[in-house]
Amino acid sequence: MKLNLKIWRQGGNYKNGQFVQYELPNVNPHMSFLEMLDVLNEQLVSKREEPVAFEHDCREGICGTCSMVIDGRPHGPMKGTTTCQLHMRHYNDGDTIVIEPFRAKAFPVIKDLVVDRSAFDRIIQSGGYVSVNTGQAQDANSIPVEKDQAGRSFDAAACIGCGACVAACPNASAMLFTSAKVSHLALLPQGQVERKRRVLKMVAQMDKEGFGQCSNVKACEAECPKEISVSNIARMNREYASAAFTNESN
Amino acid sequence: MSWFTKFLSSSIGQKWIMALTGLFLMLFLVIHLIGNLQLLKDDGGEAFNTYAFFMTHNPLIKFVSISLYLFILWHAIQGIRLWRSNQAARGSRGYAVNYARSSEVSSRNMAWFGIVIFVFLLLHLYQFWLKMKLGVLPPAEVAAYDHPVQNLYLPVKEAFSNIYYVLFYVVSMVVVGFHLWHGFWSSFQTVGINHPRYNGLIKSVGYAYAVLMAVGFSFIPVYMYFVQQ
Ligand code: HEM
Ligand code: SF4
Ligand code: FES
Repeated sequence: MKLNLKIWRQGGNYKNGQFVQYELPNVNPHMSFLEMLDVLNEQLVSKREEPVAFEHDCREGICGTCSMVIDGRPHGPMKGTTTCQLHMRHYNDGDTIVIEPFRAKAFPVIKDLVVDRSAFDRIIQSGGYVSVNTGQAQDANSIPVEKDQAGRSFDAAACIGCGACVAACPNASAMLFTSAKVSHLALLPQGQVERKRRVLKMVAQMDKEGFGQCSNVKACEAECPKEISVSNIARMNREYASAAFTNESN
Repeated sequence: MSWFTKFLSSSIGQKWIMALTGLFLMLFLVIHLIGNLQLLKDDGGEAFNTYAFFMTHNPLIKFVSISLYLFILWHAIQGIRLWRSNQAARGSRGYAVNYARSSEVSSRNMAWFGIVIFVFLLLHLYQFWLKMKLGVLPPAEVAAYDHPVQNLYLPVKEAFSNIYYVLFYVVSMVVVGFHLWHGFWSSFQTVGINHPRYNGLIKSVGYAYAVLMAVGFSFIPVYMYFVQQ
């Protein structure tokens, strides 16, 4: 099938960008969205033009790098699907597709569709881990975790840190991401020792990075490729307030 | 910074302020509506004037109303600050294609609704509340008290005999309805109340509440204009 692409091209963070139109005459509907971009880039390279920069790694929906906004939606039109898992069979012959980078002040554009998401890494570095000594790897089931609790923790742990929540949010808020990470550990016994300190530090870092504040618009939940629930945000609101009021150090 | 100011200035603390002041304001609206319903009685304002005197002279209610003024201001200032900082976080360049269907109109326009409500409040306070406070209203006799009370009914009746004011009032109340359509559920979510067993209930009560407030407040001037005149 034939596609018209309108892609954001930008040399660097301080350079001005603009949309450039491309035509792809022969797209196989079985291709993934990224394979379609690979074909475009081969076409550009063979014409000695600069290929479109975009991020990708696993191409199986688990690494969270394939960030782009497709026709106004982070990761495109399919629910619970990353860009790399989106297939061209969902498009029709002759369609025009607009592709933009994630837009947020805390995610500056590096080049074309690639944005700097290291703000997320710094939020994780501020507390998204268990640092107390937990000894040797435990035997399975030696620490009992209730089934429902484990399930909720696992659902939160499914967050791949892609940043689509920030890209979709009218406030560019990182609450869905941060709350998923806070919930993941707050729901498990291993996370209890640092529970209060963790939420205080991660929220402080999130605020420092210049993300906006959540106003419960829920666009994040609608666009998240892992369908992380905003119930995690409510949990973080509870965790944060209770930690602020009861934490003994500072 | 003490832990408390740190909490209040954090993104989540600011949201808690919005939610707690919002919850208080929502409770206030119910009381205010019940009071306004006295206007529907065809008794030349007797019931309404009695109610207005009671509300301005009971010490407990006086204390609550001072908190109310502070909370409205706090809610409005905090809301505008959040809105501005959220716009800054979004960055200067927007998307070329905006997909709006992943969220509700009411949730995306809270600040605009808030600004309309604020403008309405200024006019509303000037027209009724200030006159009452300055004591410039003529006296009225009511059966409940052995002394005359201020006739607040007079400026209300006058305002609601002007079709443009009635229209402005109704439009403002629809905006209040939109603000609450999102705000009711949102304030629960902000204070961490989100549970699969109660979420449906909170949403339905919130929608019913928003519609009830918008229709209830609008009905009074419409009724007074078309029926009581
Ligand atoms: C009687 C009047 C009002 C009531 C009952 C009310 C109620 C509420 C409620 C319940 C919320 C939800 C809080 C949350 O999300 O946690 C809210 C949010 C909000 N209100 Fe109001 N409000 C009123 C007036 C105003 C005014 C006058 C303004 C501004 C000038 C305003 C601006 C906002 C903004 C911007 C938000 C969104 C905050 C956010 O979620 O980030 N409101 N309001
Ligand atoms: S919460 Fe969802 S949208 Fe946000 S970073 Fe995690 S996986 Fe991506
Ligand atoms: S490339 Fe890894 S999630 Fe898409």
